[in-house]
Amino acid sequence: MSLIINLAYFAAAVLFIVGLKQMSSPTTARPGIIWAGVGMVIATLVTFVHPEISGGVNYTLIILGIAIGGALAWWSGKKVAMTDMPQMIALYNGMGGGAAAGIGAIYLLQATPETVSNTGLAIAVTGSLIGSVAFSGSLVAYAKLEGLMKKTFTFGGQQIVNIAIFAITVILGLMLATGGGEIGSATLLLFFILALAFGILMTLPIGGADMPVVISLYNALTGLAVGLKGIVLDNPALMIAGIVVGAAGTLLTQLMAKAMNRPIKNILFSQFGGSAGGGEEEIEGTMKEIQANDAGIMMAYAEKVIIVPGYGMAVAQAQHKIWEFTQLLQKRGVDVKFAIHPVAGRMPGHMNVLLAEAGVPYDIIFDLDEINEEFKTADVAMVIGANDVVNPVARTNPESPIYGMPILNADQAQNVICVKRGKGAGFSGIENHLFYADNNQMLYGDGQKVAAELVASVKALG
Amino acid sequence: MIIEGFIALYIFMLAAFTGYEIISKVPVILHTPLMSGSNFVHGIVLVGTMVALGHATTPLEQAIGFVAVILAAGNAVGGYVVTERMLEMFKTSKKDDKKGDNA
Repeated sequence: MSLIINLAYFAAAVLFIVGLKQMSSPTTARPGIIWAGVGMVIATLVTFVHPEISGGVNYTLIILGIAIGGALAWWSGKKVAMTDMPQMIALYNGMGGGAAAGIGAIYLLQATPETVSNTGLAIAVTGSLIGSVAFSGSLVAYAKLEGLMKKTFTFGGQQIVNIAIFAITVILGLMLATGGGEIGSATLLLFFILALAFGILMTLPIGGADMPVVISLYNALTGLAVGLKGIVLDNPALMIAGIVVGAAGTLLTQLMAKAMNRPIKNILFSQFGGSAGGGEEEIEGTMKEIQANDAGIMMAYAEKVIIVPGYGMAVAQAQHKIWEFTQLLQKRGVDVKFAIHPVAGRMPGHMNVLLAEAGVPYDIIFDLDEINEEFKTADVAMVIGANDVVNPVARTNPESPIYGMPILNADQAQNVICVKRGKGAGFSGIENHLFYADNNQMLYGDGQKVAAELVASVKALG
Repeated sequence: MIIEGFIALYIFMLAAFTGYEIISKVPVILHTPLMSGSNFVHGIVLVGTMVALGHATTPLEQAIGFVAVILAAGNAVGGYVVTERMLEMFKTSKKDDKKGDNA
């Protein structure tokens, strides 16, 4: 029996690695997740005959737990809107971290001097600490992105408090690990409470814009925690899958941070714009307004139009109308392209998902590096629901908090149309100098309504 | 005991390199689905929670194990559902291999 179990775990580990490999290319991504899913089912099914599982009550609880957790996750995963995907990933990830911490708690509760070694205890404690932090941290990330927690929470000496809590948690962990299996239940309880508190306190001051990187980091941490539990439980499938995700997640976190031009260190230990309030300069020029009808006609007679979509477009659910508008323009012979900034949407790649949902083929969607030179040759650049990612101050004003962030050079197009719900600064609260530029016109209104008007204006031309 | 001391360390090291290597060339358009996909893969923690609950003896251990199984099942199932939903949409877009390679 144990041969079958080991073979199944081996197969699962292979399927996970192959699946993840395939998921890193758009053409093979879908089979990739399905293979990984097959691996998961095999590993789960075979575990039902695992020799260490005993007792009718326990079997009932296992089946009941899988049914409850699985059904809730299936239901929520099917109904979540594509715009809310980042927080959903955070939530599922947090659950994984919590599960890893739970395994650690049971292991430590059952530990007796005869059954455990100090190494085993140390690994269990480390995994529990990481899992707990990933759990509570992910839940805070979820609450923030879901809008349940609006404000960033800061107080004086916050970092010192965080470091102190972390230090105490580590000391308690050391006590648990070196106790030789003599686990005091008070110490154990305090250890978990402080680990959870640390995850919350660490995540609270981080702003919404940086959250994707943080979620990715917690994803990597959960992977690591799961891998460590694999060692504790002597389970190679957990070990390999966990560590592979831990490493892949770390790399992904770095790639995301790089795409956003935000070093991970700055995200975790400082607040966006907190001290960089200076650098407000007088803005020259005025904002000019344009009506949707005129904007539609202008683009209908253009040769080349580049659309810069932002998260605002997705919030207004305008992507379907924009795609309809694009198709109308294409029929008139207009060359239409989409320019995606790495942080368009809530995390790198999120906007691609949202456009794909609307049916936009990915051969007219371009990355920043691919398209930035083309703005010069475009007749019209239409910015819809984006703001900071087209703000020229990132190129020109070294004092601006977003200075140095790569931006889309929409301002270099002959005409720029910015679709915006109302006057005001962007996500980061920085004035956008593009709005005041000579070649820019503002098109005020709700994204979806504006898009519908644009469609109507082109249709009216016949 | 199948994994003994240093062998665990070797597996750890090789798995880490594997993880780093397999996603080193991922294009930006797949960052979100891949994060979600890797989130699904660590849902394997479900297997661990099943074993942990399986040899729980006291009510406290059973309660912790039960919650852990619910959480882990949520991680695995939820991670799969949302990843599959995202990647399914990429399938419906026009085939263009060139973009996939250099994006």
